[in-house]
Amino acid sequence: MDEQKNGMTNESATERWILRLYIAGQTPKSLTAFANLKKICEEYLEGMYEIQVIDLIENPQLAEGDQIVAIPTLVRSLPEPIKKIIGDLSNTEKTLVGLQIRPHSQEKG
Amino acid sequence: MTNSTRLANLELPKAPTGIIGLDDITNGGLPRGRPTLVCGSVGCGKTLFGMEFLVHGITQYDEPGVFVAFEETSGELTQNASSLGFALADLIDQNKLAIDHISIDRTDFEQTGDYDLDGLFIRLEYAIQKVNAKRIVLDTIEVLFSALDNTDILRAELRRLFRWLKDKGVTAVITAERGDGMLTRQGIEEYVSDCVILLENRVENRLSTRLLRIVKYRGTAHGTDEYPFLIDDSGFSVLPITSVNLDYKISDERISSGIPRLDTMLGDRGFFRGSTILVSGPTGTGKTTIASHFLDAACQRGERCLYFSFEEPAAQIIRNMSSVGLDLQAWVEANLLRFETVRPTGYSLEMHLAILHKHIQAFDPQIVVIDPVTSFEAIGSKADSRTLLTRLIDFLKERGTTGFLTSLTTAGETSEQTEVDISSLIDTWLLVRTVESSGERNRLMYVLKSRGMSHSNQISEYEITEEGINLIDAYLGKSGVLTGSARLAQAASEQEEERERKQTIELKQLQLERKRAAIQAQIAALQAELDVESAETQLRLDQEARRTVASQNYTASMARKRKVTDSANQLHTNRSEEHDNG
Repeated sequence: MDEQKNGMTNESATERWILRLYIAGQTPKSLTAFANLKKICEEYLEGMYEIQVIDLIENPQLAEGDQIVAIPTLVRSLPEPIKKIIGDLSNTEKTLVGLQIRPHSQEKG
Repeated sequence: MTNSTRLANLELPKAPTGIIGLDDITNGGLPRGRPTLVCGSVGCGKTLFGMEFLVHGITQYDEPGVFVAFEETSGELTQNASSLGFALADLIDQNKLAIDHISIDRTDFEQTGDYDLDGLFIRLEYAIQKVNAKRIVLDTIEVLFSALDNTDILRAELRRLFRWLKDKGVTAVITAERGDGMLTRQGIEEYVSDCVILLENRVENRLSTRLLRIVKYRGTAHGTDEYPFLIDDSGFSVLPITSVNLDYKISDERISSGIPRLDTMLGDRGFFRGSTILVSGPTGTGKTTIASHFLDAACQRGERCLYFSFEEPAAQIIRNMSSVGLDLQAWVEANLLRFETVRPTGYSLEMHLAILHKHIQAFDPQIVVIDPVTSFEAIGSKADSRTLLTRLIDFLKERGTTGFLTSLTTAGETSEQTEVDISSLIDTWLLVRTVESSGERNRLMYVLKSRGMSHSNQISEYEITEEGINLIDAYLGKSGVLTGSARLAQAASEQEEERERKQTIELKQLQLERKRAAIQAQIAALQAELDVESAETQLRLDQEARRTVASQNYTASMARKRKVTDSANQLHTNRSEEHDNG
């Protein structure tokens, strides 16, 4: 898709990021997490990501599938393998590590 | 549990666990609608405790449940439970049980920033609603601490969780690992303040004993002892050491010992039903035979008997008893007698006790024989085996089951000393022993004590014959009871004396007879003499009479001749008249 233009991440031309953010209602924590996620995605994954917000209060049965305990939890379901990040994503560096986004190495490589 | 029922019932409402024994020591179960902490080290049965609590809740009390597993998957749990006879899959199909496996591994995720455990709450809520659960088990929630970094958040969230569970009104069991110097590694006991149960697994003599203790139970009187518990193919069972009360049903009924003369020694009527009888003595004194007589008599009355043998296989006992005329095989076939043979070292004492309990409950016998109780000493310490016997005897008495115990004493030891430990629990105590004298060993029996009856103080000798045990009259000699050939010798000499006495009497009688005959002969002789004498006398009297007559005639004739008869006579007459007047 757009990642060739961007040229920031991995090699694969068809790479697609699906990020699921599990929340439980519109709490300050979930709003913070969503904002942080959005910011990171725009910065590093522009045009190649998709964020799915799953509110467990509406769909509690979905919690079991991704083994959600803590809220908010971000699940990188694509690309594989699945990665999880717990918390409001306030630490960008840790979030990038968790998602295995390597911005700087890419530029150098 | 709604508020209205709580108010209606001032006593703390309880949720029975259905775990054998636990509901007794907690006076009814776990606090209903509140969380209970079950802590213990690895492998001490926490998961099983929780699982039984749920399964019994569903099957016995119609309270659906949720099992939240942090360590094991649903498949593993189902498999483990099926080995204990719990068909979890069926319960899940009936929508009575929900298992939620929460897998949380710190290598799976990164942590950044603030979070809470709403995900967990939502999952619990979802599962609870799905089956309309009244009970929940969280096994083991402390896994969260090893997975998640921010313990401050975790602690706050757990506190919130326990409060939330209370609000939900579900009776919860939360398991936790034992920590160093603390009940749990993370100190979560401070959040769960209603009820704390500690499980332990203590290994002694390479045999493990599981112990359960109620550390805390707010608002309820509970036993504070360590209670042994057991996990076997029927699950979890807690075994109270002794029942709190001594309120057994006491029977006045008497039952025969199967040995008539022994009944005579026991106040003529035998043992009391429901009492505990101990036969102690060294090896080879016929303890098993005495027990078999008792069983035989009971089976003849149509009672069920359970025989626990720790030393001999059943077939051997049956064979041996047939040699003394007791056909136990027939009773086995009639399903009145059952043998349970166990190697004493096969299990720990707790396991033994549980096995005894289980068999007794299953067969429901009127009489239980344990042969010998001293086998337990091979497994545990004397104190432990005494505890076991105390609990066992208590259990039998509570059921009104007559217990017949045998006890092996070592030769040389005084029998009274070896069992002094359990003597207070024994109602009737028979002592058997052997006496060695004049080159033989003979068997003696006496009643050391027998509560509630006037029993014989006699030491009796007995023989084991082809017709069974035969009590023999005691022969007392100068040095005590005579046994065996000494008794026979005594009997023989007594017979000899008897015969001599009889002969003497006969002789005396004969002599008397003779004397009587002699005297009678003398009497006859004297009589004859007398007769002769009286005949002679008569003869003389006759002769005299005749002579008188003759002489008168002679005088008369002389007078007539001399013609002086009249004047002479007159003269004589006058002279006598003159003499009278003067």
